[in-house]
Amino acid sequence: MDEKPHLSLHVPEPPVRPGQKGDYTHLRFSAPGEVRRPPVDVDPMDIHDLAYKLIRVQDDDGNAVGPWAYSVDPGRLRKGLRAMLKTRAYDARMMKMQRQGQTSFYMQCTGEEAIACGFQASLEKGDMNFPTYRQQGLLIAQDWPLVDMMCQILSNEKDRLKGRQLPVMYSVKDAGFFSISGNLGTQYVQAVGWAMASAIRNDSRIAAAWIGDGSTAESDFHAALVFASVYRPPVVLNVVNNQWAISTNQAMAGGENTTFAARAHGYGIPSLRVDGNDYLAVLAASSWAVERARRNLGPTLIEWVTYRVAPHSTSDDPSKYRPKDDQKAWPLGDPVERLKLHLTKLGEWSEERHVQAKAELEEEVLAAAKEARSHGTLQEGAKTSPAEMFEDVYKEMPPHLREQRQQMGY
Amino acid sequence: MTRRTMIEAIRDAIDVSMERDEKVVVFGEDVGFFGGVFRCTEGLQKKYGTHRCFDTPISETGIVGVAIGMGAYGLRPVAEIQFADYVYPGYDQIVSEAARLRHRSAGDFTAPLVIRMPCGGGIFGGQTHSQSPEALFTHVAGLKTVIPSNPYDAKGLLISAIEDDDPIIFLEPKRLYNGPFNGHHDQPVVPWSKHDLGETPDGHYTVPIGKAAIRREGSALTVLAYGTMVHVALTAAEETGIDAEVIDLRTLVPLDVETIVASVSKTGRCVVVHEATRTSGFGAELAAQVQERCFYHLEAPVLRVTGWDTPYPHAQEWNYFPGPDRVGRALKQAMEG
Repeated sequence: MDEKPHLSLHVPEPPVRPGQKGDYTHLRFSAPGEVRRPPVDVDPMDIHDLAYKLIRVQDDDGNAVGPWAYSVDPGRLRKGLRAMLKTRAYDARMMKMQRQGQTSFYMQCTGEEAIACGFQASLEKGDMNFPTYRQQGLLIAQDWPLVDMMCQILSNEKDRLKGRQLPVMYSVKDAGFFSISGNLGTQYVQAVGWAMASAIRNDSRIAAAWIGDGSTAESDFHAALVFASVYRPPVVLNVVNNQWAISTNQAMAGGENTTFAARAHGYGIPSLRVDGNDYLAVLAASSWAVERARRNLGPTLIEWVTYRVAPHSTSDDPSKYRPKDDQKAWPLGDPVERLKLHLTKLGEWSEERHVQAKAELEEEVLAAAKEARSHGTLQEGAKTSPAEMFEDVYKEMPPHLREQRQQMGY
Repeated sequence: MTRRTMIEAIRDAIDVSMERDEKVVVFGEDVGFFGGVFRCTEGLQKKYGTHRCFDTPISETGIVGVAIGMGAYGLRPVAEIQFADYVYPGYDQIVSEAARLRHRSAGDFTAPLVIRMPCGGGIFGGQTHSQSPEALFTHVAGLKTVIPSNPYDAKGLLISAIEDDDPIIFLEPKRLYNGPFNGHHDQPVVPWSKHDLGETPDGHYTVPIGKAAIRREGSALTVLAYGTMVHVALTAAEETGIDAEVIDLRTLVPLDVETIVASVSKTGRCVVVHEATRTSGFGAELAAQVQERCFYHLEAPVLRVTGWDTPYPHAQEWNYFPGPDRVGRALKQAMEG
């Protein structure tokens, strides 16, 4: 008699759940400075190993080590640190305003600041990001006015999106920041299309696509990689692996079996796996990928390994799905503290300057919030006229929308 | 003027547009070297090069997604979906992205793209090469949906669509590609060279989006139709001897309500005809518009003649297709009602 084993389904679980002790020992690591730095025109086939390692520049003592460490003007690093501090202060203030009922919704990027802030430093004017909702650092790192961003959060009369979009779904063409959809993954393939257009027109501008670990499961991610593989357009394909998609661990997107960086191998796209909490590593890897795109060498995929310290949004409570002290177990530390340590080690920063900078930035954010509030909030004050909802559905308003606007009483 | 098939008219519209505006790019499955499975892009890659006319991977998500990115960059992409039946993987990109980009960004970004797709049955295509999914697009705010019924309109409407700044779904009734089809599948095929509307001007001209055309003036009742069914309705009017006014809608959104209301107010009777399935079809919208705006002129209920609410069958195609006999019966019923 042929005894066949009973089949069973594997349903991934995160390493730990509430009540247990945080544990990230399963993550694949490399020592700082350990991973080689290939030339930008390397054959993708020759760097498959990099997808299973972790590019790190800063060691635990704050030194920049290894082949990815390169000379950066300390002024640039201080600017990066300020951008991260400002992003954190901005997030804290917006959370507060949401809790006070001045807006409906907010999403923080706590712990992930180095990725957007560092990446933006590698781009040039005219390049285009296709961000997710956790890349506010792309705007803040280029000193985009906070008041403008806040007015979008508050859906007030100065909201450039006229109250149409959920808070944080910014759109700022002038800042190379594509309109955030809110649907996940859809914009990954659009970034590839934008980059294809740049190549079709023999332009020199490049695109950057952004997606989270969870959304790599969407078919758009696969379509984007196929098109990027086929046409080799100038695009950097960023995957921010912050371990959590609301309550599901990255294992549920396939991260248990391999790395997200390794996804690129099936498409012949070179990929890097990088410590996203190491500002120096972010700068180094970003400029490597951006240079490839700029030199017409084609796409690069980068998996940024980081940790989502904050809840997914103002609508969920992480203590329901992960241990309260989960962050303590996170082995890659905090990006702000790490860059602070490095700059201090260089003699370019100090505790005193840090405290002062934080206070200044919190003051700046508070002043911006005050100004933004003076233009109204979701609950009170001036707002865009409801009649505006009928504008921009089409370039010219067709008769049926004119009629419906009148039916609404406008 | 040149006699053209609908395929030739569509190809000429793209050619004229590519010639006039170097931002127009054309792509899709088998579209480049081969020139498309229906030959609508034949010769364009040779003429304009692989940067402007190229093949794509078999991924409608990818085709529509990159088209949106290209549109946002400033190009004017004309994407072909090989059959309308294949569009669904790209539907999210159309509905959630292309249709809403201008609105959600308050005009900061736009997606001026045209998505062409052959639709409709009558070629023994079975359930995967015969569908008419227009209502899935007309239901979406921010899209314009266009469907020509002859070569003259196909060329003029497609040039308008390419020059338009909004995303446009351009449905091409494939049974009309080579000739007007009156619904009598057992009769010899009539080529466009023998039809007045096969006569198309050379060079650039446009047919406005949002304007219907009256194909047959009449006083007894109004038939609202589009695409293949325009020809079927004309045949039914002729065969029943009923003096129907046949309106070819040409654009479904934005709808030319004025022309519809003027006609039904005059005739007092209305039959709506489409090949797509009935429930929640575009005919429901047309019937609602007519009763809302012309109720006191109506002397009979508004009737619908449509495909049945079943998948499009292969061997039973002609039982499914709403041919001139079924349309003719509805015309008679409307006259009695």
